[in-house]
Amino acid sequence: MALRSYSWLLQVFKFTSGNSTKALSRVRDNVPVCIRLKSAGAADRSLQERQRQHMARGLPKQKPIAGVKQVIVVASGKGGVGKSTTAVNLALGLSANDPSKTVGLLDADVYGPSVPKLMNLKGNPELTEKNLMRPLVNFGIPCMSMGFLVEETAPIVWRGLMVMSAIEKLLRQVDWGRLDYLVVDMPPGTGDVQLSITQNIPIAGAVIVSTPQDIALLDARRGAEMFRKVNVPVLGLVQNMSVFQCPKCHHQTHIFGADGARNLAQTLGVEILGDIPLHMSIREMSDRGQPVVVSSPDSPEAEAYRNVASAVVQRLAALSD
Amino acid sequence: MDLNDERGNLAQVQHVVLVLSGKGGVGKSTLTTELALALRHAGKKVGILDVDLCGPSIPRMLSVGRPEVHQCDAGWVPVYTDANKSLALMSIGFLLENPDDAVVWRGPKKTALIGQFVSDVAWGELDFLLVDTPPGTSDEHLAVVENLRKHKVDGAILVTTPQAVSTGDVRREITFCKKTGLRILGIVENMSGFVCPHCSECSNIFSKGGGEELAKLTGAPFLGCVPLDPQLSSCVEEGRDFIQAFPESATFSAISHIAQTILTSTEAA
Repeated sequence: MALRSYSWLLQVFKFTSGNSTKALSRVRDNVPVCIRLKSAGAADRSLQERQRQHMARGLPKQKPIAGVKQVIVVASGKGGVGKSTTAVNLALGLSANDPSKTVGLLDADVYGPSVPKLMNLKGNPELTEKNLMRPLVNFGIPCMSMGFLVEETAPIVWRGLMVMSAIEKLLRQVDWGRLDYLVVDMPPGTGDVQLSITQNIPIAGAVIVSTPQDIALLDARRGAEMFRKVNVPVLGLVQNMSVFQCPKCHHQTHIFGADGARNLAQTLGVEILGDIPLHMSIREMSDRGQPVVVSSPDSPEAEAYRNVASAVVQRLAALSD
Repeated sequence: MDLNDERGNLAQVQHVVLVLSGKGGVGKSTLTTELALALRHAGKKVGILDVDLCGPSIPRMLSVGRPEVHQCDAGWVPVYTDANKSLALMSIGFLLENPDDAVVWRGPKKTALIGQFVSDVAWGELDFLLVDTPPGTSDEHLAVVENLRKHKVDGAILVTTPQAVSTGDVRREITFCKKTGLRILGIVENMSGFVCPHCSECSNIFSKGGGEELAKLTGAPFLGCVPLDPQLSSCVEEGRDFIQAFPESATFSAISHIAQTILTSTEAA
């Protein structure tokens, strides 16, 4: 038993060292291969033929989401660096900068959906005649999240396959209408959800969020590497929680370090899209479901987010040229 | 003897404690590391199993670098941080060729690796094995709980930050623990309050009391608050032993208090 599992592990590592996307499709094909080994004899050749065809098919074709022009994913290798807050305020910033554009927000964090709380939305989406879910709207942004579909305290203890089918539903079974931008809030890590989304839909670009400490940067770097592997352009980095200003004496403390993200951006050869300070009002407003871009549009925090939004639009335009 | 065989490599491990949180970046790895160090200061032999496959950060926090993992008859030999072998560590970080590599894996692959991780590490004699988990409730968590079922798990420590967005995720985690029959040893509120180094004004950047409230609401014991401390984060970054470097700080007393509570509650069980 132990021997068998060691060889399995060896195989596992062999796969990762090669081209990862190819490896994944091979792993998926492994299951039927094992079963087929049992049946021997004349059928072998036709089976091999079928196998070959199966392998040649490769990864699923990317299919755009109906009505959506450009998809922007907000990701980071690490959790708790402010992806959801950034995603929400980026979506609001995009529509504040240019009210003629329509922006949607998809919360792909199946395990810990925060968009309902941040956008102050609750309830179950209605169904259209075509059996599509109608997104809930607040602040003029249509939103979809796993949080609308399950109870607030219910854990979503799912294996990867179930998560993939949930993501498929959130991507395909939603009536977005016409959107210029769809901002996708990714879960932390580099797992099933990230793979499914990058493989199933064409993505205009990824925004990586990181806090300045080295440990977060390590993970952010892994996140960026993943997007490289799956050929998604990285639009740039957002450095979050870089500086805290004491509300009493205005002394500035770099709790999580100062310029880490800038250095990482240099090594990765991408731009810094913005620098968001650690500010009480961002957290307070977020907990209350009033994102800063909407609740205090004149604050420097809101301006920082709007700047990120315009930087994203610029980068997208530069990429499409 | 039969019993020992069934439990395999974990036979000589006295207590197994999981560190969980629904949300990422709340300080699971930091807390795991500091707890391990605090328990070691209390004279215990401690092991850490880092199952955060997508972002292993503990090797860095303990500054063990990138050692080779050796094999012996019983399985993989964990990496020891000191000559006394009082703190052992096993992490996926050791097995990656390049530290920047992204582990982009789907569920079944992770489950297989965790199965190995749990059963094939030759921990030897340990008082505590702390398991640091990735955020969420997914394949990794199920695999850990399933594989540890043969062995008695003492329970789980839930880590949260005080803001509402985070406690909401941890509530889901509590339900997960109840469903899988994991005992909740307690809730730790991390990053609660930041004391300005200049004027000593305490600002609650991420609000305050969220963890305690959650503990009351769900009937789980509340283990304590750990403040947001730049000294702690810089220690973690540089891989220094915070508990040795700043034994006078409030953060230290908070962590050692938590370690004490865990010692008593696991001994009692």
